[in-house]
Amino acid sequence: MPDSQAAAAHAEAHNPALLHHFATEEQQRDSASLGMWIFLATEVMFFGGLFCAYLIYRRWYFPDFAAASKSINVTLGATNTAVLICSSLTVVLAIWAAQTARRALLIAMLVLTMIFGCAFLGIKGIEYKDKFEEHHVPGASFSFDHVPIPGHPDQYANPQHAQIFFALYFVMTGLHALHMIIGLGLFTWLLYATWKGRFTPEYHTPLEIGGLYWHFVDIIWIYLFPLLYLIDRHP
Amino acid sequence: MATANNPQGERPNYLNKEYGVWSWLLTTDHKRIALLYLISITFFFFIGGFFALLIRLELMTPASDLVQADTYNKLFTMHGMVMVFFFLIPSIPAVLGNFLVPMMIGAKDLAFPRINLLSWYLYIIGGVMMLHCMLTGGVDTGWTFYTPFSTAFTNTKIVEAGLAIFVAGFSSILTGLNFVVTIHRMRAPGMTWSRLPLFIWAHYATSIIQILGTPVVAITIVLVAAERTLHLGIFDPKLGGDPLLFQHLFWFYSHPAVYIMILPSMGVVTEIIACFSRKRIFGYNFVALSSIAIAVFGFLVWAHHMFVAGMSVYAAFVFSLLSYAVAVPSAIKVFNWTATLYKGSIHYDAPMLYAFGFLGLFTIGGLTGLFLACLGIDVHVTDTYFVVAHFHYIMVGGAVMGYLGGMHFWWPKISGKLYPEGWARLAALIVFIGFNLTFFPQFILGYLGMPRRYADYSHMPEFQILNVFSTAGATVLGVGYLLPMIYFLWSMRYGKPAPDNPWNAAGLEWKTPSPPPTFNFEEEPVVTWEAYNYEVLDAPSNNKEEVPVAR
Amino acid sequence: MASNVDALYIFLLIVTALMTTLIFVAILYFAARYRRQPGVRAEQIEGSIPLELTWSIIPFCVFMVIFLWGAVVYFKGRTPPRDATEVYVVAKQWMWKLEHAEGQREINALHVPVGRDVKLIMTSQDVIHSFFVPAFRMKQDVLPGRYTMAWFHATKPGTYHLFCAEYCGTQHSGMIGDIVVLEPAQYEAWMSGGSTGPLSATGEKVFAELGCSTCHRTDSQGRGPNLQGVFGKPVQLEDGRTVTADENYLRECILDPGAKRVKGFQPIMPTFQGLVSEEQLNALIAYVKSLSSAKAAGSGLAAAVDVPEKVPAGAAAKGSQVQ
Repeated sequence: MPDSQAAAAHAEAHNPALLHHFATEEQQRDSASLGMWIFLATEVMFFGGLFCAYLIYRRWYFPDFAAASKSINVTLGATNTAVLICSSLTVVLAIWAAQTARRALLIAMLVLTMIFGCAFLGIKGIEYKDKFEEHHVPGASFSFDHVPIPGHPDQYANPQHAQIFFALYFVMTGLHALHMIIGLGLFTWLLYATWKGRFTPEYHTPLEIGGLYWHFVDIIWIYLFPLLYLIDRHP
Repeated sequence: MATANNPQGERPNYLNKEYGVWSWLLTTDHKRIALLYLISITFFFFIGGFFALLIRLELMTPASDLVQADTYNKLFTMHGMVMVFFFLIPSIPAVLGNFLVPMMIGAKDLAFPRINLLSWYLYIIGGVMMLHCMLTGGVDTGWTFYTPFSTAFTNTKIVEAGLAIFVAGFSSILTGLNFVVTIHRMRAPGMTWSRLPLFIWAHYATSIIQILGTPVVAITIVLVAAERTLHLGIFDPKLGGDPLLFQHLFWFYSHPAVYIMILPSMGVVTEIIACFSRKRIFGYNFVALSSIAIAVFGFLVWAHHMFVAGMSVYAAFVFSLLSYAVAVPSAIKVFNWTATLYKGSIHYDAPMLYAFGFLGLFTIGGLTGLFLACLGIDVHVTDTYFVVAHFHYIMVGGAVMGYLGGMHFWWPKISGKLYPEGWARLAALIVFIGFNLTFFPQFILGYLGMPRRYADYSHMPEFQILNVFSTAGATVLGVGYLLPMIYFLWSMRYGKPAPDNPWNAAGLEWKTPSPPPTFNFEEEPVVTWEAYNYEVLDAPSNNKEEVPVAR
Repeated sequence: MASNVDALYIFLLIVTALMTTLIFVAILYFAARYRRQPGVRAEQIEGSIPLELTWSIIPFCVFMVIFLWGAVVYFKGRTPPRDATEVYVVAKQWMWKLEHAEGQREINALHVPVGRDVKLIMTSQDVIHSFFVPAFRMKQDVLPGRYTMAWFHATKPGTYHLFCAEYCGTQHSGMIGDIVVLEPAQYEAWMSGGSTGPLSATGEKVFAELGCSTCHRTDSQGRGPNLQGVFGKPVQLEDGRTVTADENYLRECILDPGAKRVKGFQPIMPTFQGLVSEEQLNALIAYVKSLSSAKAAGSGLAAAVDVPEKVPAGAAAKGSQVQ
């Protein structure tokens, strides 16, 4: 049949979002979901190496890690934790909005999520600036002299060991922040696609897997926060 | 339907669907991507091989006379990095896996074709970075880049090489991810797990390792780069760090990595042995599950590379024990392959010759692994040529033989042409002889005490004769590798057109034309038969000659 | 010791040769016997669970035997005998520096008497090296920042290769030396040919120069623990753990005093990181070790330090022929 007729028939035959190598939309959706879960598994292994190094050094240098941990701002860290948890809530609400065809709510939740994400990065920036000013950034100008070990005011932390804490602190939170930035990029695209009307209750897979990614970044932070900020803290 | 008289150009297939560079560089067809990989990894194979040639030429004489020590150190480093990360790890999965996985399970393509293309681009970017690094000074740490030498002492381009490997690593991760999702979600109706070809099981296991292991070396590289540029102290004892932590993190990936390199080859050999014995594989379930067992156990043995590193004695016991455990599934495979030959009807075509070569060489390589897993012996032979011989037997005698066997087996399907069988058999023989001559003397050299990574052995001239044998073998091996390059290229222009199923082999990929159309199958296949149904293929009522190979 | 390794090696050679022969014979026989014949079809065989179990379990049992034997040999190789003669080794790019407990220093060579247990206490000044003597079937990585140990017992006089077996940079292949095993009489002759005195005596001097004796007194008045007899004994730490006072512990105490502080003492010891060389560390540790075989000492700086049993009394006097 002529091309235009064929094209029209073709378009009627399936949802335009269905890619040709998939047999059904369900197969496509399941594949995307499984793919994202596997990708998150690789991310767990990626961060895992850092957590492993952290756990080993913390075991060896606990007092020095406690002293270093005390010097980072637990209020800002806790605030960031709350910010991220809220942002995961807005992501969940966004998916619900997509499932129930609430376009305005969906857009609002996406925007709110991104605002929370930016807030997180802003607060992190403040923390980094503080650390820079206190000379706690590893490198030539690092200094951690005469910092008492919590609970042992007569003993000072070993600056070398404290530097390892800060090295891990910056690499782990820095890597996390990088993933956050990538998440913001993803959500920018999701916002754009939503605006263009690409998602329906039947098809909003990119939102779901983008949401999975965001939740993962949140969960990493939920591990990072107590491990980095709460060593040997007492009320 | 096309016949041998009908040139392939007249029938639409994935090769002639579109012409032009962009149709290749922007393709999402898994078969075209497989060919893109084929060209790239062949390129890197010859680069790595060139370095090997220089190494062997230098080692013909005891003194460091062909190249300076610094240059020699860079040669073996880059030989290792290029061969491991840019040839062996991608080779079979990226070429044969990409081409065949969708076809073997009855799918039109992989689950994520665009990610597949991205994988290739990441590989190319990593490869270009590595080339640039090598051309502007290279790296001299050994492919294992142990700290603190790599972080605080060498002046060479560690960060650049590390980043190149990092990028190529993501290529590997994405390929693995693609395969796992494809195998889970895209099997044709009736293609149950127990009907899958064992090639698929092998690639599934490989993909698990790629997915879970590669990120660990990625973060290790990040830490080394950070340490090198920012002096963080994580691996430097002068700053409170621990160099052994690096070794643990490095080997946690790099040991499973060797299973990434061998499992696909085992999958290829399984397919070949079944076809050229004309019978189903003996012990299908055991062979399938042994692949998974290797993947799982492979993650538990990494510190057998560290028996003399200063680790605790009790940790060494555990890792030695587990290393013997991981040897068992490999042994199971060898026995099952051998048993498959029993009461078979064996054909000696080139793919089968490579499979026989694999059987012999992998057996020797694997058995020498028993020596290395043995704590008492490892103390003597680790860091000597014994280890070098062991891993080359597995990676070259095993993985590369399997790769070449697979290339010959599926070449008609991939190119639509037949390669010249006589030359192919000759090449297989030359490779086998050259290989043994190159690497068997190295077992002896190792036990006699010649350490690895030595540019100069003029204080031990007694080592020279074995080194000369080894170098002689290397030149023979080189010839053996050049031959297939030449005749495969030749066959693309002058080879006889291939029938759809020149080997009368089992497997969905053989039910398509040679070469296949872009979407593989005219209609989605529905599978109602078990894998390796050679009794059906060879039944007299099929009116086919046994293995009609046009010569 | 080396013969143990060789016995194990030969056992493995036999086992693997047997397995290889079995497998190769089977493959070649099947390949020939079952080659394609016109009119003969392959027989489809699913498998055989009994066979699978047999050829899994039997090899595994053989592997366990190999594992156990190897583990025993390894354990012995990593457990230096108590009374071994000690030699301190400092590896650096690209040479081996050795110092006998009696004080002789060597570069890229090690003279030892035949028939004596020799223990190596090794560290690196820079990158990881590895002390490899093929003739003794002995190898141990040498790490920066800590001590690793190895030992051997030479049974035949002669000169044997010493290699560095962990890639360490440009001159890695040049970092080689000789282990010279001498008859006892020759060894004594070599020993008497000049030394700066026992390592422990050097250590005693460093101990005084660095002011260690100010706090580490031999009575109970010291602000630091009394070091008499401390080596090799368990030590209770402030944080509740108990550790053994071995070479690595002593080293750590000098370079990072706060890490494993002894219970009951104030955290006032300064760190000597960067202030003391590897050789000085070795000397200090040798000195502290010598305090463990000291009899009830005199006051303050133990002027008449009893040297460890292996070195006959009076060796401090140079040139004396000792027996």
